[in-house]
Amino acid sequence: MIDDLNWAIGGEAGHGIDSTGKIFAQALSRAGRHVFTSKVFASRIRGGYTSYKIRTALVPVQSVVDRMDVLVALTKRTVEENLSQLHDKSLIIYDGERTMMKDFEPPGNMTSLNVPLQRLAEEAGGAIMRNIVALGATCAATNFPISNLDESLEKQFSRKGSELVENNKKAALLGYNHIFENYNPSDFGYILECTDSTYVLLNGDEAIGMGAIAAGCRLYAGYPITPATAVMNYIKGRIEHFGGHVIQAEDELSAINMALGAARTGARAMTATSGPGIDLMTETFGLVSMTETPLVICNVMRAGPSTGMPTKQEQGDLNTMLYGGHSECERFILAPTTVAECFHKTVEAFNLAEKYNTPVYLAGDLSLAITEQTYSPDEFALESTKRERGLFLTETSELEPWLNTQGQFKPHADTEDGVSPRTLPGIEGGIHMVTGLEHDELGRRTEHPPTREKQVQKRKRKVETAIEQENFDYREFGSPDSDILVISWGSNEGAILEAMDQLEQKIRFLSFPYVFPRPDISEAIQNASMVFVIECNASGQFATLLEHDSLSRVTRILKYDGIRFSADEIAKELNSYLLPEEVVLK
Amino acid sequence: MSTGANFADFKSDKKPTWCPGCGDFGTMNGILKALSNTGASPENTFFVAGIGCSGKIGTYVRTYSIHGVHGRALPVGCGAKIANPNLEVMVAGGDGDGFSIGAAHFIHAVRRNVNMTYVVMDNRIYGLTKGQYSPTSGTDLKTKTSPSGTYMPPLDPLALALSSQGTFIAQAFSSDLKRLVEIVEAAINHNGFSFVNVFSPCVTYNKVDTYQYFREALVDVNDIGHDPTDHEAAKKLILDSETEYQGILYQNPNSVSYEESHGLDSPMWDLSENPPEDILNLLREFY
Repeated sequence: MIDDLNWAIGGEAGHGIDSTGKIFAQALSRAGRHVFTSKVFASRIRGGYTSYKIRTALVPVQSVVDRMDVLVALTKRTVEENLSQLHDKSLIIYDGERTMMKDFEPPGNMTSLNVPLQRLAEEAGGAIMRNIVALGATCAATNFPISNLDESLEKQFSRKGSELVENNKKAALLGYNHIFENYNPSDFGYILECTDSTYVLLNGDEAIGMGAIAAGCRLYAGYPITPATAVMNYIKGRIEHFGGHVIQAEDELSAINMALGAARTGARAMTATSGPGIDLMTETFGLVSMTETPLVICNVMRAGPSTGMPTKQEQGDLNTMLYGGHSECERFILAPTTVAECFHKTVEAFNLAEKYNTPVYLAGDLSLAITEQTYSPDEFALESTKRERGLFLTETSELEPWLNTQGQFKPHADTEDGVSPRTLPGIEGGIHMVTGLEHDELGRRTEHPPTREKQVQKRKRKVETAIEQENFDYREFGSPDSDILVISWGSNEGAILEAMDQLEQKIRFLSFPYVFPRPDISEAIQNASMVFVIECNASGQFATLLEHDSLSRVTRILKYDGIRFSADEIAKELNSYLLPEEVVLK
Repeated sequence: MSTGANFADFKSDKKPTWCPGCGDFGTMNGILKALSNTGASPENTFFVAGIGCSGKIGTYVRTYSIHGVHGRALPVGCGAKIANPNLEVMVAGGDGDGFSIGAAHFIHAVRRNVNMTYVVMDNRIYGLTKGQYSPTSGTDLKTKTSPSGTYMPPLDPLALALSSQGTFIAQAFSSDLKRLVEIVEAAINHNGFSFVNVFSPCVTYNKVDTYQYFREALVDVNDIGHDPTDHEAAKKLILDSETEYQGILYQNPNSVSYEESHGLDSPMWDLSENPPEDILNLLREFY
């Protein structure tokens, strides 16, 4: 019996692929099964090819694999797109009565299940429910109790009335019965067991949004852009309950300036965008850094350059986040490595921003944004989220140590640790200005060489202080003693962890959630016999950084075709280096 | 919170570096006088300045202030006001800042109607870069980058504000301090986005749009019995490209600010150390 199941529904944009997939993922999660989803979609509202893939198992799953077990094909192209992943035991569910799938012949020895999706949906109350019929058929074909699907349908449709819920349940049941009436599912070899475990199911953008609200973000200003829009969509409608507000700006230039304005009044503020928006925000990024304003800027990366491939994966903006903006300015760059880490790193980003009065890039990517993943609810201890606000002075009495002899407040006080105090408009005695011009301790323009030097050094010192006081560490996996070192940053962690099971050699895997500042692993790199850096871009931007750090060469394993790494791909790549040639050829 | 601050309380100890005779002196004095007249306090005022000669104003005022990047002063003011509706938010910049590099923000700030005041110090020239044409320069204005004129009609800021459904549209003149103060004061008191275009002559680079020109050309709407709440009448004056007007051209007495329509009435800066207990509802949605 196969329990680690890969299921997908594929068709054209406009076929309701996404919501169907999500309903099934929810049903699996509610049944106490782990889920990891991925999507293929195009930047269009109708047509093309789009799919929603779910991997489900009883143990945690954290990567896509190159295998397709049960495929709901609404178009022939869906089968073609998945051909390399289909195998002899695969099941294809399709509607032979529809012109799109007329005369469909399953490739190879695989089993095809002809289900009149449209006809049964109409019987249940409307053709629009044909995907739900397919989900019913899926439950039957995989020996998965349909009651779980019913629950998920209730959750999805209850707000729209009980009739809709009942119709959908009926549609599912018709699909379910059709399989049992025409086929013998026990022959297929799939069984999806249920457990009593309770899981939450969420994607990276939702985790970022939830983290922002828990961290006390009060003003979110943004401009819609794939794949960051979901962050704004999530926050809108929820943040208001906690005293916050979402504002849709006229462009990204405005969005970051609105967030900056809010931050200057002491509010926790954030914006989220993707590469093209980061380009625009870079203009103001220097101002944020120069005025020492705490701000979280989330970059949900997609394939570039320029408009690139808006719905495809890439980790290509590392250099832009690290070096973007003219001259030199302070910043932190966090890159969550999993969906759950999207939550934790968002909270951390707000705390770092305020403790060091510095902009923080939070680098997600399309893979994290579109992945729905199950976790134990304990993973997100929202109620104990700590808001660390740094040297934030909200009472006149606290200002005294930070006034000059004329009683003027020093927003850029030249301190030993480089961190200056922050106060807010409305506080008597704290009046000050800030500017993008180089300034003195009072925030006033200066071109006086020693003052310039002092302020530059002060801003640099903040980062040194952060490196001393914070724990900018990697996440370590595998065998600590192995001299084969595998390194990655951001979202590749899950695929690499699963790939490790397919390797004969033991490896040491370091996953970096911090791009800057990052832990110094020069020694580990120098001592390893082989060092691999895995990332989704064409030049190996993180690899280059590590080479500079360690003054050694590393081997790059790169992917820039727009699709995330699968565990199998990584295993194959690593094995091509690690195994003797004859084994690889086999 | 101290109230009853006087004009001098709003001035910093920095002396302006504007050219002697610059219109920006008068405009700044008018803004600060108006602020003090409305009972605003320096502590509770957030001043946002753009880039250019006019942008230097952020240094010369004694309030909480920020001197931002070129053209983006309005979004900063908007974010600040939403995050703390108790603040008096004043934004000031030049015609290049507001109508060229920041034109998109101007249009949308007008539409959004956040309760703040925007004063443009309009000299119809780029001063700090030493004399290039600006979006409000006349077609015939000869400058370093337009030696035979601009070959473009000037942008009409008032018409732009009107077509963006502005709720307070006014124009003033830096050397008519009495009217300037009255108009800016009314702008501050208006519930919504108030736009005041203030002719602030550049004595160094613009030899056409001079003090003398404005003194002779300006027609005060009060002298022609204009009712600023009459939208049709306002439209007529604003679209009259033959005459330069001074005064409040349009004010919507029923203006509802962005904050009001969104129920925003408290500052957002205060946070408890941990989130409230109902934060767990966010997680429950994902079960």
